[in-house]
Amino acid sequence: METITTHQHADLHRDDTAAKLGMWLFIFTEILLFGGLFIVYSVYRFKNPVAFELAHEELSITMGFINTIILLVSSATVAISITAMQKNDRKITLAMLGITLLLALVFLINKYFEWGGKFEHGMYPGSELMKNLSNGDMLFFSLYFFMTGLHGVHILIGMILLGITLVKVKTGAVNSGKYALLENSGLYWHLVDLIWIFLFPLFYLIH
Amino acid sequence: MSDEKIHISPYKSHIMVLLGLIVLTVITVLITSVEMGPYNTTAAMIIASIKGAIVLLYFMHLRFDQKIYGIMVAIVVAIFAAVIVVTFFDYLYR
Repeated sequence: METITTHQHADLHRDDTAAKLGMWLFIFTEILLFGGLFIVYSVYRFKNPVAFELAHEELSITMGFINTIILLVSSATVAISITAMQKNDRKITLAMLGITLLLALVFLINKYFEWGGKFEHGMYPGSELMKNLSNGDMLFFSLYFFMTGLHGVHILIGMILLGITLVKVKTGAVNSGKYALLENSGLYWHLVDLIWIFLFPLFYLIH
Repeated sequence: MSDEKIHISPYKSHIMVLLGLIVLTVITVLITSVEMGPYNTTAAMIIASIKGAIVLLYFMHLRFDQKIYGIMVAIVVAIFAAVIVVTFFDYLYR
């Protein structure tokens, strides 16, 4: 995997394979974190099937669908930015990273309106309305706020990572001979997409 | 391994993968309105797993990277699946 070129000798102790391995190990902890939450969700849904089905009707499928498409496209743009970097096409790399950040922002704005609508109706964690819900409804909405909220935090972290990468590509610190940071930030962004792929049907598409 | 060429995915393949993922998303939304009883959830989860696998293999480049990454992912997925099975045996038969 490692192709040794002359300018790479300048960086002692550089090991891209190990960097990527470390990123994957971190991603595994994230998968198990969300995996644990998915199991909590499954058990409660199994115990409260009717409440979960009725409660999910409060969520807008259109909104969830749009956000799914946004994340899928942003995942593709990150993948394209890596290809562009490998082809030494900095302009496309920068453009694609910019588009990704923009899409991430749109995702969060959608989330803001989605959550905002709920808050306006008095539906937020700890509110009087939520305290008075039936057990199953309360579980559904608590899990909804917690899991999509935690996912939202991951979007923010991903944006910070990609933002740092974008600046480093601009300054040339990340270049076609040294782009482990771009690859690893990309992996993180795909993870965020991967989690949403499961969140979407579980919260929005209950039948 | 040091002489191994770096695999560069062409732009076109990323676009194709994206289109595939979008088609699967549309299918999973449409399938929700079809009455299939308990199989609706099964169908949604199968489609989500296919989408997840596509993201892992192509966007996350597992298909073209060194095998060690893929093996590690497979182990983690297997552990997670085992925990799900054990949990549900507990809840179904207690």
